Amino acid sequence: MLIANRSRIANSIYVLPAVLFVVFFFIVPLCMCVYMSLFNWTMFQGHRFLGLRNYFSLLTDAQLRKSLEFTLLYTVFITPVIFVAAFVLALMVNRRGMLLIGLYRTMYFLPVVIGLGTSSLIWIWLLDDRVGAMNAILISLKMIRDPVIWLGHTGLSLVSVAVSVLWKTVGFSMILILGGLQSISGELYESAKMDGCSSFTSLRRITIPLMRRTFAITLLLSVIGSLLAFDQFYIMTGGRPANSTITVVYWIYLNSFQKFHLGYGSAMSLVYLVALLGFCILQFRTFKYQED
Amino acid sequence: MRKRKAALRESGMHLIFLLIALAFVFPFLWSAVNSLKPAAEASASPPTFLPSVVSFQNFAKMGSYGAGLGVYFFNSLVAASMTMIMSVFLSVTAGYGFARFRFPFKNAMFLVIILTMVLPFQTIITPLFFFMNWLGLTNSLFGLALVYTVLQVAFGTLIMRNTFSSIPLEIEEAARIDGCNSAALMLKVMMPLATPGMITVGIIAFINSWNEFLASLIFMSKESLFTLPVMLSNIRTGPYGSIDWGELQAGLIVATIPCMVLFLVLQRRYISGLTSGSVKG
Repeated sequence: MLIANRSRIANSIYVLPAVLFVVFFFIVPLCMCVYMSLFNWTMFQGHRFLGLRNYFSLLTDAQLRKSLEFTLLYTVFITPVIFVAAFVLALMVNRRGMLLIGLYRTMYFLPVVIGLGTSSLIWIWLLDDRVGAMNAILISLKMIRDPVIWLGHTGLSLVSVAVSVLWKTVGFSMILILGGLQSISGELYESAKMDGCSSFTSLRRITIPLMRRTFAITLLLSVIGSLLAFDQFYIMTGGRPANSTITVVYWIYLNSFQKFHLGYGSAMSLVYLVALLGFCILQFRTFKYQED
Repeated sequence: MRKRKAALRESGMHLIFLLIALAFVFPFLWSAVNSLKPAAEASASPPTFLPSVVSFQNFAKMGSYGAGLGVYFFNSLVAASMTMIMSVFLSVTAGYGFARFRFPFKNAMFLVIILTMVLPFQTIITPLFFFMNWLGLTNSLFGLALVYTVLQVAFGTLIMRNTFSSIPLEIEEAARIDGCNSAALMLKVMMPLATPGMITVGIIAFINSWNEFLASLIFMSKESLFTLPVMLSNIRTGPYGSIDWGELQAGLIVATIPCMVLFLVLQRRYISGLTSGSVKG
């Protein structure tokens, strides 16, 4: 519904502050990113034109390749874990009328409101080999004899970080899926029940097909979040052992803000941005194709 | 017999729900308990669960860490509050404009705003830093709030556009006939109706910027301007390699409590905002 039917430039006055703001602090830096990527741009000693040489350097950057592989491995590992856990939790808390169900839901969601940085710090402590609860509990249950150094080995670090991120973010996916579940009409289930369908059959034949859109969005958000992982690795592993847990965003950060190769960092950012955008478009295409 | 079976099943369900809830809450709980132990006990190996005496030693130590906990708390509060105010202002005006008016390049302008939601800001942080540095806005809480605001505007605009679209046009027309001009209409008629949407945008902006880590790490190099997440991560990578766990926990508690309280009080608004922000984007 519109107030003024005539399209006039003066009508744009309300949106201009936000538009200008975004142009200034987002679009301008984005364009600068392209420009800077063509230079050997240092923080303090000016810059020198390089043409596309930064981009060629990316191809031979061994750490970038390692980081890319590690980021993908992390994403492939954590995405199904979060998704399945969130789906199960959503199905569980989707009971109306059960006593205290709202309280349980709130508790499962609680870690979402604290920062990833804060949650990473809590988990460092829980996983610590000297003072941590994880080892203490496992030892008292006689599951291990000596404390495990959870963050000392690449594989174990990956799993440990994944557990902490699962704890922190599963509530968010849960809420998204719950929203989808609650938008399915109850009549569908009732008629399925009358036709003698088991609850497993109606899950497979009704819930999952109708939830496709919600699943796509939940997965997309989770995958993008993992591909952009930084806080958890910066805080929990610091890239150790032997730079094996440096993600792509972490590597961009190190290049730009530790080594001060801002031009190179920009080139890397831009390539990663294009790759992520390509992934999103691809995901939307497949999803649309399935819907038609 | 049947009734008893149902009751048994019900309690079994509760037990499972409760155990899972414990897994989510336990880390907070133990962290809080640990922060109340005397410093030596908080770093004891193997760990103890309950404190032998309740002590505020860790909080006192935390209070004088670096520039002092109060300073970092203040920095976080200022950055998050400024972000909240600017985000709400920009989202309300833009949401109103997009919901109610026609003007040239409307779709293009909308796309520009939505773009910030699609493109991850982590990837433009290098030039953004350079740009802000050039403007003299690094090492400035206001500069940090500007960056945070950019990250909130897109979904804030979406939420406010939906909010305004759902207000019947008749209300506005009636006000117009009664002689309200555009600005008075906005302030006196629309704003009260749009309050729920504004609360949603505000609380999400506040919590997100309170928790943000990467931008704060990069844009603030002066210790006296660090926000809580960065300061806490510095304790972790402390100068001597050993970590004072009790102190860290005291900091964590202080950093999480404002968000938790805000969330528990305004739970429904927060969740509806999160889901609509992501689903409709």
